[in-house]
Amino acid sequence: MSQRRLPVVDIAMGDAPAATSAPPDRSGVLVRLRLTNATFRGLTFGASITVLIILSGVIIALVEGSLPALRHFGFGFLVSERWNPVTENFGALAPIYGTLVTSIIAMVIAVPFGLLIAVFLTELCPPWLRRPIGIAIELLAGIPSIIYGIWGLFIFAPFLQRTLQPALIDLFGPIPVLSNLFAGPPYGIGILTAGLILAIMVLPFITSISRDVFDAVPPVLKEAAYGLGCTTWEVVRHVVIPFARVGVTGGVMLGLGRALGETMAVTFVIGNAHRISASVLAPGTTISASIANEFTEALGDLYTSSLVLLGLILFVITFIVLAIARYLLMRIERRIG
Amino acid sequence: MTLYARRRAANGIVMSLSLGATVVGLGWLVLVLGALLWNGFGSLSLAVFTEMTPPPGAQGGLLNPIIGSLMMSAVAVAIGTPIGILAGTYMAEYGRYSYLTSVVRFINDILLSAPSIVIGLFIYEVVVRPLGHFSGIAGSLALAVLVIPVVVRTTEDMLLTVPRELREAATALGLPRSHVIANVSYRAARAGIITGILLAIARISGETAPLLFTALNNQFFSTDMTAPLSSLPVVIFQFAMSPYPDWQKLAWAGALIITFAVLALSISARALAATRNTQ
Repeated sequence: MSQRRLPVVDIAMGDAPAATSAPPDRSGVLVRLRLTNATFRGLTFGASITVLIILSGVIIALVEGSLPALRHFGFGFLVSERWNPVTENFGALAPIYGTLVTSIIAMVIAVPFGLLIAVFLTELCPPWLRRPIGIAIELLAGIPSIIYGIWGLFIFAPFLQRTLQPALIDLFGPIPVLSNLFAGPPYGIGILTAGLILAIMVLPFITSISRDVFDAVPPVLKEAAYGLGCTTWEVVRHVVIPFARVGVTGGVMLGLGRALGETMAVTFVIGNAHRISASVLAPGTTISASIANEFTEALGDLYTSSLVLLGLILFVITFIVLAIARYLLMRIERRIG
Repeated sequence: MTLYARRRAANGIVMSLSLGATVVGLGWLVLVLGALLWNGFGSLSLAVFTEMTPPPGAQGGLLNPIIGSLMMSAVAVAIGTPIGILAGTYMAEYGRYSYLTSVVRFINDILLSAPSIVIGLFIYEVVVRPLGHFSGIAGSLALAVLVIPVVVRTTEDMLLTVPRELREAATALGLPRSHVIANVSYRAARAGIITGILLAIARISGETAPLLFTALNNQFFSTDMTAPLSSLPVVIFQFAMSPYPDWQKLAWAGALIITFAVLALSISARALAATRNTQ
């Protein structure tokens, strides 16, 4: 913090009547100040360019690393289900399928829960309880995914194996189409378990964004509706949700981006099987789980390169989802601000 | 049923659902933390902090992964924080209204939520592969890439809340922009910027995916940043997936340590932000 006093004192001394050395010294100081400013400006400019360089670096590195696999498999990579390290025959369909299905399960559960909790926090909750619950939700959003993973593996999966999964098999067994969806032995680990863990993980994100967006609804609008005799639900349904729709969609997309790219929590409980099963109880794999499980053990350029190509596919999918999310959230910020 | 009764009933149903969702949601999260505390404290002992990771079936601790995690996080913060603060400074001060700023903000927000395993692949391609071996430095760089977006975002947000009059007063005294920023803006936003750094540390302290193929792992004690380095999250992953009960117990202990570190960091970040608001 030594720079704090220097320039100010220098300028002051130059102005003081007692000072004898006047103009040359003063212009020297000004030159120095200008130079410092230009340097600092350049530094900050360079740092913000670094952010852009990182993103383009990620894209270039992934494309470059996946070139061997791209050349070898072409677009057939996207639609092939094979994954055979021995014959070096790879296809991305099973991981893409697993990624999408686990994320869909997660969103189907987490979105209604998140919205209902946000309604509770903004409309029903007594004011003194609002802050503690809000803080708890935000703290939980920060808990690392590996914690959810270890919990899922040791506590949740055995629990599901004993309770929910046999119940689902019994319940849907006699029904024609659904029996395929819930077929097979209850392994505990599998697509459904991964989807449920993801739901728990994205719930705090969706809740906290929805709550913020609901809070931003002008009170006057709600009061007007209450004044007409609307019930709380009618106010939420016809005033709050229409007003907050764009922001909530943005929050949901943000949660979806997290779910698609989430690695550790899923890797623990998905079972890492490269196949597509009709049953959600069967083990599967996701893009991120495949990379996490196999990358360090991958022998040969083609295997490594196929995994990098999987990473590139994941990055493109999440980039699109996150870009839409940010665009929607930016729109609502502009409207509020 | 009259219309009025029907409306009342609909309201009652949705409101009880929302109460139910809150109870289930919070209860579920309590279950996760409860299991963590129960199993974690059951496996925690002094040896966890003083002994090396054991071979299967032997007694041991988590000293080398703890040291490795601390070293890599420290280097990551040392690299990522200055870049993040400077970039945030450009966006809030010099280039507040420029087109570049909105582009950088958009890209930064994407990086903020990009899958961390992709960042690991990126560092593998640009650092590990050219050098030919895994290293602690590569792990630190991967974590630094995760630190930057968090710090950029909070620095920009905090600088934007500094009242314009403060800057105008300093500028009127004849100070160049760089000195206004260093002496006025940074000082006014200091608590907020530190909050951002704490949140960034909390974010990286549990990150596993980007370390799996950058820093790899090391079963021996090592402080050599140019060699593979052990880290707490990777060891938890390895030990939890193993069939050995001793290793699984250590994984729980490690999970508890990480959770405590993350919660402590986020709570102090919040407390810091709160003192700033009351000023």
